[in-house]
Amino acid sequence: MDFGPYLLLASLEGAVLASVLALMASGLSLVFGVMRVVNVAHGEFYMLGAVLAWWVASLAGGSVVLGFVLALVLAPLIVGAIAATADIVVLRRLSYDPERTIVATIGLLYIIQQLTLMSYGPEARPVVAPFNTRLAIPWFEFADGGLRMYWPWGLSTTSYKLFVIFAAVAVLLGIRVMMTRSRAGLLMRATQQDREIAQAFGIPVERVYAVVFGIGAGLAALAGVLIVPIQQAHYLMGLDALLLSFIVVIIGGLGSLAGTVIAAVLIGMSEGIISVFFSPTLAKIIATLLVAFVLVFRPQGLMGKRVR
Amino acid sequence: MSETARILALHAGLVALLLVLNFVLPAYPQGNLARIMVLASYAIGYNVLFGYTGLLSLGHAMFFAAGMYGMGLSMRHLGFPAGPALLAGLGAGAALSLVVGLLALRTAGVAFMIVTLMFAQAVYLAILLFGKYTRGDEGFVIPQADRVLAGIDLSDPFNRYFVALALFSFCLFSVLWLIRRPAGRVLVAIRENEERARLLGYDVFAHKLGAVVASGTISALAGAFYGLLFGYAGASFAAVQYSILPLLWVLLGGAGTIIGPFIGTLFMFYLIDLTSGLTSAYMLIAGVALVLLTLFAPQGLAGELRKRLWRWLP
Amino acid sequence: MSAADTSKPVSTSRRKALKTLAAGAGAAALPMWARFAQAQSSEPIRIGFQKHATGIGAAYGRWYDRTTQAAVKLINEAGGINGRPVEIITEDDGTDPKRGAEVVEKFATQYKTDIVFGTLFSHVVIGSAPRAGELKIPYFVVSEGHHVASGALNRWTLQPGITDVKSQVQAMAPFVKENLGKKVTMIFPDFAFGHDHRDFFSAAMKAQGGEIVGLIAIPPTETSFTRYFPKIPRETEVIYHVMVGPGVLTFVKEMGEFFGPSSPEIFGFIDSLEAVDLNSPGLEFLDGTYFWEGYPRYVQPDQTPYDRFYRAAVGLDENGAALEDPRDVATMAHMFGCWETLHVIKQGMEAADYQGPADRARLIEAVEAITDMPHSNEHPQGAKLFNGRTHQVFGPQYISKVTGGKLLVTHTAPIEDTLYPDEVDYTTQPL
Repeated sequence: MDFGPYLLLASLEGAVLASVLALMASGLSLVFGVMRVVNVAHGEFYMLGAVLAWWVASLAGGSVVLGFVLALVLAPLIVGAIAATADIVVLRRLSYDPERTIVATIGLLYIIQQLTLMSYGPEARPVVAPFNTRLAIPWFEFADGGLRMYWPWGLSTTSYKLFVIFAAVAVLLGIRVMMTRSRAGLLMRATQQDREIAQAFGIPVERVYAVVFGIGAGLAALAGVLIVPIQQAHYLMGLDALLLSFIVVIIGGLGSLAGTVIAAVLIGMSEGIISVFFSPTLAKIIATLLVAFVLVFRPQGLMGKRVR
Repeated sequence: MSETARILALHAGLVALLLVLNFVLPAYPQGNLARIMVLASYAIGYNVLFGYTGLLSLGHAMFFAAGMYGMGLSMRHLGFPAGPALLAGLGAGAALSLVVGLLALRTAGVAFMIVTLMFAQAVYLAILLFGKYTRGDEGFVIPQADRVLAGIDLSDPFNRYFVALALFSFCLFSVLWLIRRPAGRVLVAIRENEERARLLGYDVFAHKLGAVVASGTISALAGAFYGLLFGYAGASFAAVQYSILPLLWVLLGGAGTIIGPFIGTLFMFYLIDLTSGLTSAYMLIAGVALVLLTLFAPQGLAGELRKRLWRWLP
Repeated sequence: MSAADTSKPVSTSRRKALKTLAAGAGAAALPMWARFAQAQSSEPIRIGFQKHATGIGAAYGRWYDRTTQAAVKLINEAGGINGRPVEIITEDDGTDPKRGAEVVEKFATQYKTDIVFGTLFSHVVIGSAPRAGELKIPYFVVSEGHHVASGALNRWTLQPGITDVKSQVQAMAPFVKENLGKKVTMIFPDFAFGHDHRDFFSAAMKAQGGEIVGLIAIPPTETSFTRYFPKIPRETEVIYHVMVGPGVLTFVKEMGEFFGPSSPEIFGFIDSLEAVDLNSPGLEFLDGTYFWEGYPRYVQPDQTPYDRFYRAAVGLDENGAALEDPRDVATMAHMFGCWETLHVIKQGMEAADYQGPADRARLIEAVEAITDMPHSNEHPQGAKLFNGRTHQVFGPQYISKVTGGKLLVTHTAPIEDTLYPDEVDYTTQPL
């Protein structure tokens, strides 16, 4: 494939990855920003979203669109409720101690994985996309002194992939509005800035935490629902997604939702574009080291403020 | 009894007990304990950085793997005998930890976690990229005939246990020695309050770098011995799970205690081994146990011991 | 104790307790044992089953388990081995080489099983085999890796039930070159398993006068693949694909989306779609493409009685899915290896008059002495040739064309195409 079309294809693929990543990572970023804890089980909430999407879709039977819409609504709600419960039952009792939270959420990760394995099974199961038309993309080249349009071999995307990008953008805008314009957002930002003072002002900090943990998990689940028609639901899909979104949150700068989104786009796109130039595994190594060196030379992340 | 005498008695007692066990244990627990002692050495190395210096690394598998592959590849491709191959593993670990330390210590906190995670991921992928030499994910066998150290056949269960115990005691006592020296106290000071340590005139960066190198080298030593004692080197030991495991062992056993890593490794091994014999849902039980432990033993097992019984536990 | 109970991993102490209980209850527990000649005096023969119950291999492990239980039930109904019942003791290895080695130790020293059996993933085999060799316990793997025949393992490790990747791959080259095209681009996982495909197929294709024009190694744990496909050279006549892991369906689907209406010939290893329904959405483009199959997933028009027998015993329908759930597609191309291996174990134990762990070395020698395995109920995949020196079995390979949503066998590569010179002689190693 020629260079130009190849780059376009890689960018499109990168954009899909970036959108899903941005959704999932903003959930993690929210939890990290407000509660100051690392939720290692975040990837499992993503996996649960995908698994629930399969479950809802197969219960809905014939109607693919109905099943998908139901999954989009139900999966984040169910997963959010599970997460909020976990917060109340476990994390609250740990007083959100960072290290103990890591161990407890590793425990949670094991529990969710094993329960999924026992009920859902070890297979990777597909969910049918509500619509999925292959869209070939034209390209232009100079030939015989004029601009000529042609259809390069393999340059295409699908309508569903474009939908994922738009859906992610819409949800992220919605979160931005919620955080900046609504009372709930105000409470969250107040708690994020100073827990003690927020409590002194009568903000129900514990309830805010449970809600934030639930919303964060719900966002991961939503990302899971969106990805499952492209990839399959599998009980081990959470770990890689967790690592990627973790990286995105740190690169973006702690507590900065805008930074998280920018980092997701950068990382998603660079994964795609670097693979144009190098052999696949080498491309992964280069992308990985790039992330490390960004942090080595800018430890606060792209949008973070220097704390120390 | 003075505090030092008590500390020595406890740790020497543990080593003596482990020594006696080699003569009385049946084959299965004997093999397990040999494995646990090597893995506990890895956890002891991890604890130097995490428990005593307060730096949480998510990439220690790269040091373990550097030791394992430094040892294994030099045997496989350069024909090194076991002794020099172990030194090659040690050297690979020391060199890697020096480079990683110099770069990663420019960061702190969560950024340090990510940088170490990324370097470890790069090491893991490099093992796959150079599959021609490493056999990638499949790994390679270190032939039984080559696993002889100073005339001792390491594939024999008794010898293996003994060598594992020697490694474990070496790591245990050298870290005990380290943290009781002034340099070790500085590490703890950095953990408690880095600013204050700096104001007191200590070179914080040099001490942290030393901790990374010591921690990485001990981890590499454990990796090299693991490969040599059990005859296999594979990329799965460089994967992210093997970076999370020592963190888990140390937190369970008690971060910042000398025997904590051993207790945590022992506990986690038998938790999985015993429950997997009873039910296929052993991960569920392991998960519940982890949650319960964080709820009811927040300092880890040895940490609780220190809090409730032995205030002097190092 | 019913046959199903033996599938659960039971600790020794619990099993002993159960036996004491059974003895106390008297005749109630007898019928199961009464079938066997020396009912009360003979202990069962214990086979340690190293199962991928969790981790990346879990989808395979579930079917390996099911096939194993079916074969053992059959062997026990026919009187067991040397008049003794066979008991399967299952332990999960988490598809992890470290745990795998521990599980081998547990079988050998705690459960004191007679042999260890059933491992699929190559890295678990290679991580576990050294321990099996040291503990001198026969280790029967069902892995299709080239590790056994390459000489990397030891005399105690055998692969008598499934052919290895080297012979599978080289037997494909003549067909690909004759029927599909000369210029091949290979897409494979960047693991040792993928590298075996790359090396052995490249060599075989060159020997046939073909050419490899592109090599695309996909990194592990990759979940989206489209961005790698543009690396396929335009001159490619044939795509050769093999992929493993949970991302396989995405891989094949995205390949279809990439090519759209103008695709080259496509030849794949069924590993790319093992345990995946061929009629999954997005796979329509596969119609008319070819697959290697270790065992035909769908019942063929000329079905053998052996195939009918095997499917009935395991509980498989004519589409290679579970009888009780047609959406539950089996790992057909691999799991027959468990069935055949267990029958080889039975044959070997009977030839060696195996009585207990003291006879383990004689068992190895007896299996090494096996050569021909006729097409039969015991070997439903086809007639096989066992090479006692390399510990590896050789058998026919199937190439099937996707026709109307099913795989129809269009070519059967004979055993001769799968043979290659010995790379090791394990019989020279001491036992």
